Amino acid sequence: MARISQAAQGDLVIRNLTKRFGDFLAVDDLSVNVPEGSFFALLGPSGCGKTTTLRMVAGLEEPTSGSIAIGNTDITQMRPYERPVNTVFQNYALFPHLTIFENIAFGLRRRGVKDVKQQVDKVLGLVELSHLAERKPSQLSGGQQQRIAVARAIVNKPALLLLDEPLGALDLKLRRQMQIELKWLQTEVGLTFIHVTHDQEEAMTMADTIAVMNEGKIEQMGSPTELYDNPKTAFVANFLGQSNLIPGMVVDRDGDFNIVDIHGLKIKVLKSRTRASNSSVLFAIRPEKLRIETEVKAPSGNVLIGGRIEDVSYIGVSTQYQVLMPWGQEIMVFEQNDDGIPPLDKGDPVTLSFEPSFAFALDGAQDATAGSEVIPEDDFDSE
Amino acid sequence: MILIRNKKLIPYLLLAPGILWLALFFLAPIVSLIGTATKTPAMGIGEYIQTYRWANYWDALVTERAQFLRSFEYSLLATLIALAIAYPLAYGIAFKTGRFKNLFLVLVVAPFFCSFILRTIAWKQILGQEGFFFHLLLNLNLVTSSTHLTASAPAVILGLAYNFLPFMTLPLYSSLERIDPRVIEASGDLYANAFTTFRKVTVPLSLPGVVAGTLLTFIPAAGDFVNAEILGNPGTTMIGNVINAQFLNTLNYPLAASLSFILMFMIAILVLIYIRRSGTEELV
Repeated sequence: MARISQAAQGDLVIRNLTKRFGDFLAVDDLSVNVPEGSFFALLGPSGCGKTTTLRMVAGLEEPTSGSIAIGNTDITQMRPYERPVNTVFQNYALFPHLTIFENIAFGLRRRGVKDVKQQVDKVLGLVELSHLAERKPSQLSGGQQQRIAVARAIVNKPALLLLDEPLGALDLKLRRQMQIELKWLQTEVGLTFIHVTHDQEEAMTMADTIAVMNEGKIEQMGSPTELYDNPKTAFVANFLGQSNLIPGMVVDRDGDFNIVDIHGLKIKVLKSRTRASNSSVLFAIRPEKLRIETEVKAPSGNVLIGGRIEDVSYIGVSTQYQVLMPWGQEIMVFEQNDDGIPPLDKGDPVTLSFEPSFAFALDGAQDATAGSEVIPEDDFDSE
Repeated sequence: MILIRNKKLIPYLLLAPGILWLALFFLAPIVSLIGTATKTPAMGIGEYIQTYRWANYWDALVTERAQFLRSFEYSLLATLIALAIAYPLAYGIAFKTGRFKNLFLVLVVAPFFCSFILRTIAWKQILGQEGFFFHLLLNLNLVTSSTHLTASAPAVILGLAYNFLPFMTLPLYSSLERIDPRVIEASGDLYANAFTTFRKVTVPLSLPGVVAGTLLTFIPAAGDFVNAEILGNPGTTMIGNVINAQFLNTLNYPLAASLSFILMFMIAILVLIYIRRSGTEELV
């Protein structure tokens, strides 16, 4: 029987965690606190170090340096089977030679738990698959296998449940459904869930807190709304949703606002939403926060003039426009189709306007395209 | 170019050469073998007439039962030894050799580049009293100068185990190599230490390889006569040696034929029981 520190409870505390694979720095001096009982997402593109971080917490990868603790128990040196941590693997990794019942009972049997049958039946009921107990994994659909993988982990009531791209192999519709189910399950069982994903929508749907990772570091951490409304870097602004980033200079101040000059246009950004070390900034506005009109307006602090529609995509719920600005940059605009007015046409001259409080400004020293050119990883084994 | 208009014919056309081959060189000889076995002696040496004496089978089994038993005993032991050597070898190649994997696989089959008989004769030299190995044992006081390593039952069994080792290793390797490393990780994640993981996950998942490997070793070993001939003594004759001698030296064709058929029949029965018992069809 394995010696497991079931006593370990509390927040997950990661301190200065670093992992090198040869010359490649996969995880770079990462420190984070995950409160007990929360749903925490590590979000980032392929190769950003999120899976490596998760594997180090599970004990499947050895850190180059740094420490991992649950509450006051340091687990850095523990073998995987000694940790009060269970993983839902990317491709589920169910035991093909065992029945569904025995798959779920595996962890309980290793720990010598008494009422195996009762506990397995209970968790099978929770995922609503009691009728499949005697089947083999290969006889189940992808969605069913996914639920069994979750059941096999949560039946052990671990201090931490790690989910490694758990929905990556499912089709879009099933993924949506499972997102809601997983979130419900997490509230139901009250365990700490750590969820690794490259899918920003998945992270935003489920997690209380999201840490956006890039090149082995956490770029920004916060609630989904915080990250979306107040990104700190161009990478976060582009990776979480889409953003229009326009290089400019802070040229003046006006009360709570900075006046930013972008290609000759003077526009206003809240000082509290300006994160720049000097006057060089990236003016930023989300595509759905822009209003598009054919009426020509006088230049003022919240108007971008001189645009021309380059492309129109009608996608039912909204219409997406690509607007070419006089300085050669294409600006994205999403317009809700809620007014019965037909979409504008390609080639129309337009004026863009916005509510000044929605705009933000980032440090101008960064690459404005960071995080936007990330190719979605369809191959869920790529990391 | 011949155009085949009827697509339903294609499977049969593809199977035809193989079926024809088997019919000519397997089925026909077996029928002839079954027939030969029931003949009885005629006038001259090596001449027999068909009298349908089915009791020949029973007589053959009774006369040579010691050789039958010995054959199965030797091949069973050889199979177990080969399994004991091949499992760690295949496991090592599958999981621990990294980029040298293919090199090791080539090494496993390398003995096939040299004749089966030659390799067996080589063992006779290696184990012989003039050989380096014997001198090593002598210096270590593990044997005396009157000990014979060759011409003994262990030599025959080890010879069999050695000769069929690749047939054991390759299927084991292929079933071990197919195991998803994440399943092994999942076992560790679910509180199983390395030994429990091996017992509860690796071994069950490699069972198809174990079944295939043991069959590919046991079947040819049971009918083998080369190892007993070269590495054995008159007390270690296997059924293959008897069949060989009866066919080629004594010219007792009915006896040789009935022994051949009985051997085939018994192996087929044993294999069936074995496959049933191991229940491998569920694994794949």
